[in-house]
Amino acid sequence: MGQVAQLVQGVLRRNRRSIAKAITVIENNEPEAPKIVAQLFQKTGKAHVIGITGPTGSGKSTLIEKLIRELRKSGKTVGVIAVDPTSPFTGGAFLGDRVRMQEHSTDEGVFIRSMANRNATGGLSRATKDVIRILDASGKDVIIVETVGAGQSEVEIVKVSNTVIVVLAPGLGDDIQAIKAGIMEIGDIFVVNKADRQNANKTWSEVQAMLEMNTEEKSWKPSVLKTKALTGEGIAELLARIEEHREYLKKGAFEVHRKGEAETELVEAIKQKIVESIIADLRHTGEWEKLKQKILTKEADPYSVADEVLKKLVHG
Amino acid sequence: MTAERKIRVLIAKPGLDSHDRGAKIVARALRDAGMEIIYTGLRQTPEQIVETALQEDVNVIGLSILSGAHKVLFPKIMELIKEKGMDDVLVFAGGIIPQEDIRDLKRIGIKEVFGPGTPTGTLVEFVQENAKR
Repeated sequence: MGQVAQLVQGVLRRNRRSIAKAITVIENNEPEAPKIVAQLFQKTGKAHVIGITGPTGSGKSTLIEKLIRELRKSGKTVGVIAVDPTSPFTGGAFLGDRVRMQEHSTDEGVFIRSMANRNATGGLSRATKDVIRILDASGKDVIIVETVGAGQSEVEIVKVSNTVIVVLAPGLGDDIQAIKAGIMEIGDIFVVNKADRQNANKTWSEVQAMLEMNTEEKSWKPSVLKTKALTGEGIAELLARIEEHREYLKKGAFEVHRKGEAETELVEAIKQKIVESIIADLRHTGEWEKLKQKILTKEADPYSVADEVLKKLVHG
Repeated sequence: MTAERKIRVLIAKPGLDSHDRGAKIVARALRDAGMEIIYTGLRQTPEQIVETALQEDVNVIGLSILSGAHKVLFPKIMELIKEKGMDDVLVFAGGIIPQEDIRDLKRIGIKEVFGPGTPTGTLVEFVQENAKR
């Protein structure tokens, strides 16, 4: 059996080493990566993917630890992908999210993988979507994806999750922050964590007010919950709300979501393939260097050069 | 499409140490050398450490211990590593480990033991030279 077939079989048999190795192949963008995705693709789509985002230090990892605990009590298997930032200066990364989740590290029903974002923007790594697929194909009922500590515009999580939870903590900003665009627009559920802290009620009501200002008619109304992740308070309510959202998705929104997702992914995949093949071609013929030279010598600007390339492609 | 490989290192704290300053310094040095560091946090069992290394598919495990329990915990960890077929993972150790114990630790498969005062550059070089990618 070849390496790909072996990994694919291993993932389907829920072999933890195979799952880990398959993820590495995907993450490193090895030549085998697309083959693994292709062979597992039909086995995906069963897991409920929960995205967890929010500012650094708001308690995302601790909250996830408590969610795993509750999900395991109800017999569900859980996959976790925790993304932390790569240094743009050295390429290194310190992945510390799982420190809070180590209690579950030896539980056979839980698989936790830390990923560096490898300088991708948007709060996730390039490979996150495909790593979700690996965990999905390995039979996990729920997959939790934790973004890097997100400020305002890290909204990639929407594209990979069924339910997005935005975790906030008191004292990080006033109602002006709450009205800004970005992550405050993407939550299906909002959580004000560290609810025992001063100003927790103020933060809660600011988010609530922000949601009430929504003019767009949506069938799902996001709500704001209060939790104390450290002690587990509010976790049961959060899980109940997640379940409500899942039920809501099943009634039709899920299909709409999947269609949108399929379209985005197809566009991305086509773009990537076409761009790669055009550039490879240009490099092969030596044209690439000449085109670059045109820009360097200011003979032409990049857009004009791109137009030129396109014209040649269309007219042969 | 180009492959992008990184050295992934698990920095682990077996046993009942009460602080992890050394482990964090090592983690920081390796991070600054461009590696991806996964940290377990304090008070880990051998089972937790090896299972974490497996899930994270690391190339390297760095064990940091101050309590003196290395003679009990390290053999257990090495045993589990073999049991799970992770023989290609490079294992090194650091912390408070008496000179006379080092030979035994190397015999069970720990490639190197670094004591207090080791320059971080030495560590980085060691990992870069010995990690299997």
